Amino acid sequence: MYQFLKTLDRRWIFLLILLAVAIPIYWGWQFPERPSPMVRSVFEAIENLPDGSHVWMAYDYDPGAQGELHPMAFAFTRQCALKHHKMYFMTLWPQGPPMIQENIDLLKREFPDLTYGEDYVNLGYRPGYEGPIKLAVTDLRSTIAADVDGTSLDDMPMTADVKNIQEMDLIINTSAGYPGTKEWVLYASTPYNIPTVAGCTGVQSPYLYPYVPRQLNGLLGAIKGAAEYEFLLLEAYPELRENPNAREALRRMGPQLLAHLVIIALIIVGNIVYFVGRSRGDM
Amino acid sequence: MKRTVPMIIAATTGFVLIMSHFIPLSEEWGSKAMQWFNVLAAIAFVLGGSNLMRMNLQKISDRRPGWGYAAVTLIAFLVTLSVGLLKVGVQPTSSFPTNAWAAPYNQEGSSLWWLYEYLYKPLASTMFALLAFFIASAAFRAFRAKNPEAIALLSTAFIVLMGRTYVGGLMRDILPRGMEWLSFDSMTNYIMGVFNLAGMRAITIGIALGVASTSLKVLLGVDRSYLGSGDD
Amino acid sequence: MDRSFDILHFAFLSFQSSVVTRVNVAFGVALVSMLMCHPVLAQSSPQSVTDLVAKDHPNDVGTTLDVSWSLSPDDDPDADPPAVSTYHILRKREGDAEFTKVGEVPLQSTSFTDKNVERKQAYLYQVVAVGPGGESAAVTTTEAATPVMEWFRTDRGWLAVFVLLICTAVTTFIVIAKSGRELYIRNIPGLEAVDEAVGRATEMGRACLFVPGIQDINDIQTVAGITVLSRVASLTAEYGARLEVPTARSLVMTTARETVEASYLAEGRPDAYRKDDIYYLTDEQFGYAAAVTGTITREKPAACFYMGTFYAESLLLAETANGVGAIQVAGTAEPAQLPFFVAACDYTLIGEEFFAASAYLSGEPIQLGSLRGQDVGKLLVAALVLIGCGVATWGSVAANTELVGGEMAASLMSFLQDNVLGSKGFLP
Repeated sequence: MYQFLKTLDRRWIFLLILLAVAIPIYWGWQFPERPSPMVRSVFEAIENLPDGSHVWMAYDYDPGAQGELHPMAFAFTRQCALKHHKMYFMTLWPQGPPMIQENIDLLKREFPDLTYGEDYVNLGYRPGYEGPIKLAVTDLRSTIAADVDGTSLDDMPMTADVKNIQEMDLIINTSAGYPGTKEWVLYASTPYNIPTVAGCTGVQSPYLYPYVPRQLNGLLGAIKGAAEYEFLLLEAYPELRENPNAREALRRMGPQLLAHLVIIALIIVGNIVYFVGRSRGDM
Repeated sequence: MKRTVPMIIAATTGFVLIMSHFIPLSEEWGSKAMQWFNVLAAIAFVLGGSNLMRMNLQKISDRRPGWGYAAVTLIAFLVTLSVGLLKVGVQPTSSFPTNAWAAPYNQEGSSLWWLYEYLYKPLASTMFALLAFFIASAAFRAFRAKNPEAIALLSTAFIVLMGRTYVGGLMRDILPRGMEWLSFDSMTNYIMGVFNLAGMRAITIGIALGVASTSLKVLLGVDRSYLGSGDD
Repeated sequence: MDRSFDILHFAFLSFQSSVVTRVNVAFGVALVSMLMCHPVLAQSSPQSVTDLVAKDHPNDVGTTLDVSWSLSPDDDPDADPPAVSTYHILRKREGDAEFTKVGEVPLQSTSFTDKNVERKQAYLYQVVAVGPGGESAAVTTTEAATPVMEWFRTDRGWLAVFVLLICTAVTTFIVIAKSGRELYIRNIPGLEAVDEAVGRATEMGRACLFVPGIQDINDIQTVAGITVLSRVASLTAEYGARLEVPTARSLVMTTARETVEASYLAEGRPDAYRKDDIYYLTDEQFGYAAAVTGTITREKPAACFYMGTFYAESLLLAETANGVGAIQVAGTAEPAQLPFFVAACDYTLIGEEFFAASAYLSGEPIQLGSLRGQDVGKLLVAALVLIGCGVATWGSVAANTELVGGEMAASLMSFLQDNVLGSKGFLP
C-alpha cells in the first residue's frame, strides 16, 4: 500500500476528482447557503438602488472562465431585470461578446416584457484593454458610437441622453483577469466615485480583496460567492424558485464540496506517505 | 547602431511619456503611443502567422515525429482564417438588407460563429477545467508538513478549503453562542480579509517598485539584453 | 404654490369688496380648489438659480470651463412633479449679442463642465431653471471666464514627488555603482537554480524550455523575462544544450530571437543558435497552453523556465512538466498565479525577486545599483505606512480619550488621505 501511494500514478487522482465532480452533478446535490457580509453588500448595492437605475454591466471574461463566471453574471442580470434597472452591457475581452449575448438571450427568454434599447442595450466589445474605460468614463461616444448591431446610441431611448459612465448609478463587473475589475476600479470607480460591485474567478479574488470596501462595494469570489448570491436572490424573489436556471451556482456547490473534501483527503494521505517514508528513511 | 538607435527611441519615448502624465498639453500622448504599438503588433501578426505556417509545413514535409499535430494546426489555422476573412455564412442585416458584407463577421449563425460556438468554446472550457485535476495532483504532491511554515500553510489551506463549502457553515450550528467565529466560514473570511489582504498589499507594493526600477533600467539603457546583439 | 396663493388672495379680495354674488363666490372657490388639485396647472415658472460663477477648469489644456451655481429654491426632487426638471446652460463670447444653449443638466445639479471653449477667449454664461411651469428668469455670470492652459498638473503633484524620489534613488545608486563601490546583494535561490537546471538538461541530453509569459513585449514582466532568457541562452550556449522558446506573441518571438542570438554570439557559439527553436504559436491563452503542454509531453524537456506574465495556464504548464520530471524555475509578478507556481515548481521568483533577476544574473554593478535604489523606494513606502498607521492610531485613541494632539492627528490623516493617497497623489 505504501509503495503504491508513494509512486501513485496521477491518473488515479484524476479519476477521483472526476468522480467527486460527476457524482454530485448526477444526483443533483444542493445545499442551503449562509451568505457572508461581503455577498450581502453586493446584493444590497443592487437591491437598494431605486427601480429603473442605470447600471453598467461590464462582463470581461471568455468561454474558458464561463463555467465559473456565468452563474454570477446571470444572477446579476436577473436581479437588475427584476429591479427594472437599465442595463448597459459591454466587454473589453475579444471573446466576450458571446458571453454578453447569452445574458441578452436570458433577458429575452425570462423577461419578455423588457425591451431592447429601452431597458437593456448590448454595446459589444471595445479593443484597447483599459483604454475604452478611460474614454467612456468622460465621453461615452468617443469610444462607443453604436450598439453591437450598428444602431446609433442617439437612436435608442436609454442611450440617447447618456453622456458618460459617470452618469451610471452602479458598475457591475464580472471578470476573469486583465482587463477587468482592477482596471474598472482604477480608471472609473475610484476617480469618479461610481459605486461598483464585482464578481471574479477564485484565483483573482485574493488579488481584489484589497479594494473592498472603499473602492469596491462588494466582491463575489468564484462559485461560492455566486451560490450565496443566488441564495439571497431566491430568498428575495420567490418567483425565481420555479426557474431551475436560477440555481446554476448552487448546483455547482455539490461538486465543489466533494472535490474539496477529496483534495483535503489527498493532502492528508500525501502527508502520511511523507511521514512514513521519513520514519523508514526513504526521504 | 543596432542597439543604440532602439535604445535612444525607447529612452526618449519612455521619458517623454512619463513627463506627459504631468503636463496637460501632452496627456493624450500615452494613448497615441499605445495606438502605434497596436499597429506594430498587428503587423507582427503577419510575421507570426507566416512563421507558424512555415514551421508546420516543414514539419509535415520532413515527416518529423508528431507531424500529424502540425497538419491539424495548419488546417485549423487556414479554415478559421478563410472563414473569418470571407465572412462565410454571414446573412444581411436589417441595416444593410442587400449587402451581406456589411454584416459582422461573427454574426450568429455564420460559419465563424459556428466554429467559435461548437469548437473553440468547448475546447477553451476543457482546458480551464483541467485545472481542477491538476490542482488535486499538485496538492497531493506539494503540500507536505516539512517545517513550521509548511504546517501553517497546510492549516490555512484546510480552513479555506472547508470554509468555501457547505460544511464550512454547518459548524456554526454546533458551536456555542459567542464562539461562532471558530466556524470555518468565519475563519475563512477573516483569513482572506486580514492575513491575505496584508500579504497581498505587501507583494503588490514590492511589485510596483520592481516595475518602476526595471522600467528605469530599460529607459536608462542599463539593461539592454532585450535589444539583442550589438553587431549590425 | 405661489399661483394658488395669488388666486386665494384674489378670491378673498373679491369677497371682501362685496361686488360678487353668491354664484361668483362659489365659482371662485371651485376655481381655487380645482387649481389646488392640479399642481401642474397650479405651478408657476421656477425661481432662478443663485451664486452663478464660471471659472477656468484646473489642470487642463485650456479648453474647459466649469460653471457652478446654487440650486433654485424650487428644486425639490421629492415634489411630484418637481418644479424644476432641468437646468439649461447658455453661453456667449464676451462682446457677442446673443446667448446660445450649450447644454442641460438634470435637477439637483449644481455644475456643468463646458468642454467646447476656445483658449484665451472670454465667455459669459447664463443658467435657466426649467420646469413644467415654464422657465425661470435667466441669471448671467457677473464676470467673464477665460480658459487658460496650465503647464503642470498640480493635482498629480504628489505622484510627481514620489516618481522623482524613486528615480533619483535608483539613478544615484547606479552612479555610485559605476564609481566602483561594491554592493551587497542577498542570494536568490531560484536564480542559482537556473545554472543547475541547464546543467542537468545537458547531462540528460534533453532540451530546456523557456516560456516568456503570455503577454506582449510592452508588458514589463515580459521584458524582465527576456532578460532572464538572455542568461539561460548563455548557459545553453556554453553547455551545448538545446533551448526551445515557444511564444504567445509575434513581437516576443522576434525579441527572443534577437536576445538568444546575441547570447550565443557572446559565448562564441553562433553556429549552435537555432532560429527555428524560437517560434510563435498563438495569441489565444488556452490554445497556447495546449500547444506548450503538448510539446512538454512529447519532448520531455529536462528543465522548464516560466518567466513573465501568466494567468490560469500557469498550473497547467507547471504540473504537466512536473509529470515528465522536469526541474522547474518560475518567476512572475502576477500575485494570483504565485501559489500555483510555488506548489508545482522547484523554485519560484516572487514578484520583486523576478524583477531583481536580470540585475542578479548579470552581476553588473550598474544593475545592482538599481536594486539598491529600489530598496530606498521600499524604505520610503514602509516609512509612509508606519507614519500613516501611527497617525491613524493616535487620532482614534485621542478621539476616545483625553490624549493631546487628537485634532492634529485627524487633520494630518485627512491631509495624507486627500493628497498623498488621494486624487492628488497615487489615485489615477
